[in-house]
Amino acid sequence: MYLLILAILVPFFFTAFIPLIHNRVGSIHLGWLVLVVPLVLFSIFVVQVPTISNSDTLMQTVHWIPSLGINFTVYLDGLSLIMALLITGMGALVVLYSIYYLSPSDSFPHFYAYLLLFMGAMLGVVLSDNLLVLYVFWELTSISSFLLIAFWYHRKNSRYGAQKSLLITVFGGLGMLAGFLMLHSMTGTFSIREIVATIGQYPEHALFYPAMFLILLGAFTKSAQFPFHIWLPDAMEAPTPVSAYLHSATMVKAGIYLVARFTPVFGGNAAWFWTVTLVGLVTLFWGAYCAVRQTDLKALLAYSTISQLGLIMSLFGLGSAALHFGDGEQGALYGLAIFAALFHMVNHSTFKGALFMVVGIVDHQVGTRDIRRLGGLMAALPITFTFAVIGSFSMAGLPFLNGFLSKEMFFTASVNAASLPIFGASTWGIVIPIIAWIASVLTFVYCMIFVFRTFFGTPQSKKADRKQVEPTLGMLVSPAILCVFIIGLFFAPNLLGDHLLRPALNGIIPEISGATPHIYAWHGFNTELFMTLGIVIVGSALYLTFRSWIKIFRLQPAGWTFTALYNSFLKNLKRASNWITTHYMTGHLPSYFAYIFMFFILAAGGALIFTGALSIDLTSDSPISVYEGLLTAVMAIAAISILFAKSHLAAVLLNGVLGFSIAIFFVLFRAPDLALTQLVIETVTTVLFLLCFLFLPEWTAEDSSKRTKFRNAFIAIGAGVTITLIGLTVNSGKLFESISGYFENSYELAGGDNIVNAILGDFRAFDTMLESLVLFIAGLGVYTLIRLKLGKGSGKDEHQ
Amino acid sequence: MESLIIVLVGVLTTVAIYLVLSKNVVRVILGTAILSHAVHLLILSMGGLKLGTVPLLGEEAVKYVDALPQALILTAIVISFAVTAFILVLAYRAYQELGTDNLGAMRGSDDE
Repeated sequence: MYLLILAILVPFFFTAFIPLIHNRVGSIHLGWLVLVVPLVLFSIFVVQVPTISNSDTLMQTVHWIPSLGINFTVYLDGLSLIMALLITGMGALVVLYSIYYLSPSDSFPHFYAYLLLFMGAMLGVVLSDNLLVLYVFWELTSISSFLLIAFWYHRKNSRYGAQKSLLITVFGGLGMLAGFLMLHSMTGTFSIREIVATIGQYPEHALFYPAMFLILLGAFTKSAQFPFHIWLPDAMEAPTPVSAYLHSATMVKAGIYLVARFTPVFGGNAAWFWTVTLVGLVTLFWGAYCAVRQTDLKALLAYSTISQLGLIMSLFGLGSAALHFGDGEQGALYGLAIFAALFHMVNHSTFKGALFMVVGIVDHQVGTRDIRRLGGLMAALPITFTFAVIGSFSMAGLPFLNGFLSKEMFFTASVNAASLPIFGASTWGIVIPIIAWIASVLTFVYCMIFVFRTFFGTPQSKKADRKQVEPTLGMLVSPAILCVFIIGLFFAPNLLGDHLLRPALNGIIPEISGATPHIYAWHGFNTELFMTLGIVIVGSALYLTFRSWIKIFRLQPAGWTFTALYNSFLKNLKRASNWITTHYMTGHLPSYFAYIFMFFILAAGGALIFTGALSIDLTSDSPISVYEGLLTAVMAIAAISILFAKSHLAAVLLNGVLGFSIAIFFVLFRAPDLALTQLVIETVTTVLFLLCFLFLPEWTAEDSSKRTKFRNAFIAIGAGVTITLIGLTVNSGKLFESISGYFENSYELAGGDNIVNAILGDFRAFDTMLESLVLFIAGLGVYTLIRLKLGKGSGKDEHQ
Repeated sequence: MESLIIVLVGVLTTVAIYLVLSKNVVRVILGTAILSHAVHLLILSMGGLKLGTVPLLGEEAVKYVDALPQALILTAIVISFAVTAFILVLAYRAYQELGTDNLGAMRGSDDE
């Protein structure tokens, strides 16, 4: 059974059929047909839940390039299953939502083709066990994200956002690939499971830390972690269903998945702990800080997504300490952070997906997402308002919603980290809960901004463009389902915890005996609860006094953003490459020849010297007769004289001397066929040269500067010496036996006494045939060049 | 003998490349023609020189010279002739159209 492999491939197959079916579906919206794919896949993965919750795993392999260790191995454990359920489940909801969101003028086949492409690629990322296969799917998600962000490609901002996301995520992806190759050279395998099993043998390997940081680079760029977060706000140019799906619920979680997957490989050392934790915390703070100042609802959600991704990332960092302790009480304590991370990852998908859909509805029904032009929508959109409250309050971490539970667990983990006895956390660990708390206050503030500035206050219907009513029922179904999950997960979190999160946790850190993580809604009056209370009080105060402290954002100079840095880097890169290109692409043939020959001298001559291959051995040479010596001298003199020839005629005659001398050499070297051919060809060539000289001007002395002449002479002598040395070296040591003995059976094999003729006409007849073709083409070219008369302006007519 | 020929090949190559680097079209074409002479000699000497008799089975000799380089060179001679003829005519046409045989002065026509 290759069910899982098929599950990955189904979206790709379906994509191929979209162009064929979209014209034939008639009045049925293409989205309804596409919806079948995620629904079927979702049910396939749901069926696997009982197996996985028994701590079993599934593995299926198709051998692809076994000689290189590249196999299409699909590995399903708890972590992959959670991701797969998110991908297919959110996929179904988003496809359903998009049916009502897209306007009839949009190109449905493109939209759904890209979306399915993404779905398949993303499933490939989370299910692949082979690093290289994972990498291919990883880049495919970047490409489909690029296509979806640029879906409305007539907008300049869409194109800019698409390019930005592609450049940053592919840059990180390439770093990750380098990291994968380093892992391979350390462990000798591309299989993640085998790497996890054997990595313990290489703690001191020189490539251990480079591989770790390169893989983290891939994860951080993909998951929009500081300072690579800048692509995500610009990715909001995509249609809102895409933002909900790729840029909050699934694709940006690929980086987090990667960190989770590699925690057993790299976790348990200080560098991993601090890098992942601190990058996550800084992102958490910076995203929340930026989100507060946004006036576009989608931009606000983009920064909030960055912030929440940072939260999950830092939890994985904190949890990696568990690997240091292993089995025991301490291990169980810090392992809870990973449990919280997985829980929050699911929760974030539910509430952020719902919020994006709310923004989509507001945009769709009111015609703007600008907070300054919105207000008082509660009366007009009561159902949407309810969804917004549920989603935002969950994100803010308020009780009776799933966000409260994971936020409390996050505080628990950060407080525990402050007392971590290793990695120097006793001095610096206290920073962790402080940053976490400040960022959570800011999160509370922007959640309130989202709800109250949009839905309360005076209605601004005059400024809005459309009639404000609730959308059709179909558009409300998807956010409604997500809201049910938001509330349901609060009251029954352990249903998810026991069946999915615990198996996933066991895949990341080894099972810890006697400690079963359990989610409690109420755990007494402890630090975490007081932190939450503090957030509500301080956050409310900050929201109410928002106008008086908003000026703080002006402290940051206008040009001092990472986006400005990115833009100027791109601009300078373009300018620098343009400068380099215009300087070496001169448009002059002699320059290009000079590059070619200089490269030849450096590459061939350099290789000869540095590999120590150079050797000169004259012992096996045949003797030199007087004629041959004389002939050689004649040729050398004739050749050098050409350089000093004062006229065409002299030069061509000297060339003739060379040609005919070679014919004599052919005679001396027992090659009668060559001698005959050479005589004929040389004669014809000389005649042709003379004929052309009738029409060409007499040549003048080279008007090049002394410097150019010297450079040319230098290159020419260098190339000549290189050729000589290569020839002498090859002549000194025969590495291979000659294969010519075979052709000496030419009479038996080809029925010819003349071996050369037999080779040309029989053994290598195809060569000869194609040679005739070359002659024919050259003849056509010559004929065309002579006969074709381009009058002045006739070329212009062709262009018109 | 082989080493002598290889040195000659080096001399021919030097001359050819110096001509190819020139700005004058005819010099460039002559350079390519000489370069092919040099390469033919190089290929032939790689097979060993004068190690046997002419590669005709009718000679009924104990040892023939290597026939494979000869076959390759035969092809090369013909191809290099085709190429030389083509670029010669190209130079002629370029001169007709552009009025110069100086590569440095050829900057494309207005029609481009």
